[in-house]
Amino acid sequence: MGANPAENHPISFRWLTKAKEKGGKIVSVDPRFTRTSSMADIYAPLRSGTDIPFMGGMIKHALDNNLYHKEYVAKYTNASFIVKDSFTFEDGLFSGYDESKRAYDKTKWAWETAEDGKPVKDETLQHPRSVFQLMKKHYSRYDVDTVSKVTGTPKEDLLKVYEAFCETGQVGKSGTIMYAMGTTQHTVGTQNVRAFAIIQMLLGNIGMPGGGINAMRGESNVQGSTDFALLYDTIPGYLTAPKAIPEHATLAAYNAKETPPTGYQSNKPKFVASLLKAWYGPNATAANEFGYQYLPKGNKNYSHINLFKAMYEGTLEGAFLFGTNPVVGGPNAGKEKESLSNLKWLVAVDLWETETSAFWQESAGSNPAKINTEVFFLPACSSYEKEGSISNSGRWMQYRWQAIKPLGESKPDIEIIHELATRIKGLYKNEAGPQAAPINALYWNYGEGHHPDIDLVCKEINGYDVNTGKQVAGFAALKDDGSTCSGNWIYSGFYPEEGKNRSKNRDNKDTGMSNYLNWAFSWPANRRIIYNRASADPSGKPWSKDKAVIWWDDLQAKWVGNDVPDFVPTKAPTDPTGTDPFIMNKDGVGLLYAPTLNDGPFPEHYEPFESPIPNAFSSQELNPAAVVIEGDFNKRGFKADYPIVATTYRVSEHWQSGTMTRNQEWLSELVPHMYIEMSEELAKEKGIKNKDEVIVTSARGEVKAYAMVTKRFKPHKINGKNVHQIGMPWHFGYKGIATGETANRLTPHIGDANTTIPEYKAFLCDVRRA
Amino acid sequence: MVEINLNRRQFLKLSGATAATLAVVELGFDTKKAHAATKEFKIAKSTVTPTICCFCGVGCGILVHTKDNTVVYTEGDPDNPINEGKLCSKGTTIRQLYTSEKRVKKPLYRAPGSNKWVEKDWEWMYETIAKRVKETRDKTFVATENGLTVNKTEAIASLGGAALDNEECYLLAKMMRGLGVTYLEHQARI
Repeated sequence: MGANPAENHPISFRWLTKAKEKGGKIVSVDPRFTRTSSMADIYAPLRSGTDIPFMGGMIKHALDNNLYHKEYVAKYTNASFIVKDSFTFEDGLFSGYDESKRAYDKTKWAWETAEDGKPVKDETLQHPRSVFQLMKKHYSRYDVDTVSKVTGTPKEDLLKVYEAFCETGQVGKSGTIMYAMGTTQHTVGTQNVRAFAIIQMLLGNIGMPGGGINAMRGESNVQGSTDFALLYDTIPGYLTAPKAIPEHATLAAYNAKETPPTGYQSNKPKFVASLLKAWYGPNATAANEFGYQYLPKGNKNYSHINLFKAMYEGTLEGAFLFGTNPVVGGPNAGKEKESLSNLKWLVAVDLWETETSAFWQESAGSNPAKINTEVFFLPACSSYEKEGSISNSGRWMQYRWQAIKPLGESKPDIEIIHELATRIKGLYKNEAGPQAAPINALYWNYGEGHHPDIDLVCKEINGYDVNTGKQVAGFAALKDDGSTCSGNWIYSGFYPEEGKNRSKNRDNKDTGMSNYLNWAFSWPANRRIIYNRASADPSGKPWSKDKAVIWWDDLQAKWVGNDVPDFVPTKAPTDPTGTDPFIMNKDGVGLLYAPTLNDGPFPEHYEPFESPIPNAFSSQELNPAAVVIEGDFNKRGFKADYPIVATTYRVSEHWQSGTMTRNQEWLSELVPHMYIEMSEELAKEKGIKNKDEVIVTSARGEVKAYAMVTKRFKPHKINGKNVHQIGMPWHFGYKGIATGETANRLTPHIGDANTTIPEYKAFLCDVRRA
Repeated sequence: MVEINLNRRQFLKLSGATAATLAVVELGFDTKKAHAATKEFKIAKSTVTPTICCFCGVGCGILVHTKDNTVVYTEGDPDNPINEGKLCSKGTTIRQLYTSEKRVKKPLYRAPGSNKWVEKDWEWMYETIAKRVKETRDKTFVATENGLTVNKTEAIASLGGAALDNEECYLLAKMMRGLGVTYLEHQARI
């Protein structure tokens, strides 16, 4: 759902077809009948932007028909927690809403706690304010008739999907949900994923082999780049980036604010101190809060959309681009291109000249004489012309060895980063003052010469004892007293001793349940299935023999099995917290009710920023916590002018903004043209024939491309009326061998309420013959 | 460099002359012989290096064959349990990342108002960029704000990195945060 693995992650789909050979069922839910759909046992269409109604209906179906895993739900989730009566929900709004800030006061959603701080529970799940009963009440509104009217999914298809998937709530069966950008790129993207998590917890599918919710990562190392915090709001290992708030004024205050009293996260100060030691080395001492004050502290949302808004408004002077092409891949791409000319300087590191690094050229529709941006293009080499590791969707950190020297004068990114850091540090060497101090303190010690010693980088990431220089065995050995360093605690353990980089492991013997524990390294601690304590019942026995992952061995007094336990290995099921599998959560259980999100503890349906119908579930049209940017930077379209729903997608032969594939001959030949895919019904209405040139317009811009008329799109029956939807690949631009107009000139600058990911997957447009 | 010892059987498996072909040849049908010989010739004496595909997040293994300072062949890594030697269209054509004529081989500079790129050497590029960073940073650096130490610049942004190696991401995050950059973002956001 929200993914098309047969085309976009083809080798992952091979394992689904293998499961099918063994009797497994594939369900495909997508606005378009994709190649994944064609291989599925059940296909259900839905209108883009209606995932929460679709899943809300499934939650209701599971609850109404007693299809959920009762013991799992009672013991391993917060279903039994009693919520305070300050929590209410009325006409699409949760309690605590402040319209002027478009934000909630989340303290209204807290659960009741006893004097010891522990949650008050009712394990019979009957209390009217138990999470279970509140959830039941919330989703009672998502009856199949209403859902069908909103999603456009025929009722019989909804029921087929619900029945098939809820069968996996039985002991001995498991089901997984594979999702991608079709799920996340919405103003309710985070809550779409939450809806998946809720159903998977109800069915007891988290921590199970063949279970879970699986994000199909679109880039080879987007897992790793996120782990290493190339994002404004985190520092490596998912630690919160310090903010300019009194609660983060000192390291002690930061630790107090960010560290929960219980659960594994209670160790956070050790990971923070070790990160600071890795970054500031000997300049990080107990006396200077281990260099905590050197870290930048922001005071706003600095995410992609806001970054381009700042550029549009002229407050950004310089920018670095490392293998990224926002003029094709960014939302409302026409505005992002326009914004670039406000920069004083731009550094683009890439293998190819991209639409972004060449934004100033005439072929980009620009007048070079009027653009004063200085552009530095640094040629990078490809992934096999250098060495290093990447982490896949399953968190497997695999090493890539260097096959050949970089082409021409191109260089590995690591060398470019190292050279820039060294030279910038050099310019400050003889300076003092507040702006020089943080840079002079930055510990940058990766050997002599132009190329950094990657082995030193790896050792620092893993961490070592700063007094002895000895590698630490894993994150359990990290300390908060400045005696250890670790550049990313979640990876600690991949390099536990001299000469032993476990990402290089290549023993492909199956160690049980296809976990291949000696192939590569999987963070954390080489665990392959996260929260695998939940694969065993409270007493420590696997729920089912066929799905045994780990189990408690009384004789050895430890957890044993086919995977590394995601649990304290010697903590018995009889221990007071021995039945709390979700160790990263404060209370050790899964969050059916999540009072931490910006837009509510339960997923609730709101229409996209641009929608063809009013919200059938409440009078709140748009996610009340989504931030709307007004004005030219983000023009909004309405149904009267733009009656057709549009979405973007990808094809097998091209990748992301197309830079890596449209510059290759064979792939360019395979898919040479930009196209707009539409139903036969819409084509007939508009007098469009297959291969005609058509123009698609949105409030932001227009795109000319060939029409591809297919049976894969069908009009949605929404509340009895036809609503058309079209789709288009977003890979094209004017550079490279295969060229075409850029789909993202149409998409809006609005983001999800929690992550600010842009809503690329549901917007309004119109289409006509060119 | 990782060591891969290829025995004859593995070599045939890798080169596309599969066990089935071998059986056919051994049975005396030699119609495939010429084809097998061609295959063998192409990658004979090449150096084989394992890598992981640079496209999606599945993490398929690929073997890169190099000879005479060029990439002569690439194929799925049969030992990698993720893909067992299989690849999609993008993974299959990964050789062209090296051979494409579109690759940029020299640093390029575009001056303000100019309509063209000019080739420059790395030294000049590094030195000039470092100067620009320092100028902008010094001009916009905020040491304190409302009585709090904030050590930041909100005038420099860094975007991208989902295709970089972990070690590169680590150093990039360290450098950018070290400089005080708050506009630090990449593809995971979009």
